[in-house]
Amino acid sequence: MPSIDEVKERIETALPGSRADVSDLTGGGDHLRAEVTYDGFAGLSRIQQHKLVYDVFGDEIGGPIHALSLKTSTPDGDHR
Amino acid sequence: MTNEEIRDQLQQAIKGERVMLFMKGTPDEPRCGFSARVISMLDVMGTEYSALDILPDPRIRQELSELSGWPTIPQLFVNGELVGGCDIVTEMFETGELADTLGVPQPELEQAPAAQAPGQSPPLQIG
Repeated sequence: MPSIDEVKERIETALPGSRADVSDLTGGGDHLRAEVTYDGFAGLSRIQQHKLVYDVFGDEIGGPIHALSLKTSTPDGDHR
Repeated sequence: MTNEEIRDQLQQAIKGERVMLFMKGTPDEPRCGFSARVISMLDVMGTEYSALDILPDPRIRQELSELSGWPTIPQLFVNGELVGGCDIVTEMFETGELADTLGVPQPELEQAPAAQAPGQSPPLQIG
């Protein structure tokens, strides 16, 4: 089960220049929430933005990471 | 039932139902908080929807995620297209986009404030 810091680091490494704020929703370490700000989200739909982040973890979502709740935005606050 | 048959049935559900929710449990007895939350929002919207429980066979979830490219449950489809999971549906609920997508009038609700402090997302006030 990756730690909060690992999840943050992996997102920020996979999406260069992004900023990920990761928190543990339940204290159990397997329901995580990540708020990700990334230039590369510009012009993408929410679905596409979330998929970019999910793709960092592949099969671990639903496995070791039971749930990863996401909120994505671009640095200028645009959601779409 | 073969994996192909499961996949065919999922595709039929996605194409055949205008609003299709894949969830854990049933609308009356959701087995996961995220599924329960999406059900609550659909109920507030007053839209008709179909729901399919992915829990009875682990292959349902595997095939669904391969079809949609989306790893988590719940998954909401409208007019054959993936709208999103709990996070996206919640955001769209708060901005009014969900009503647009579903083609229903925005219900009169106490709207969540537009600008929320990070991590301060309040639980939905429903019912």
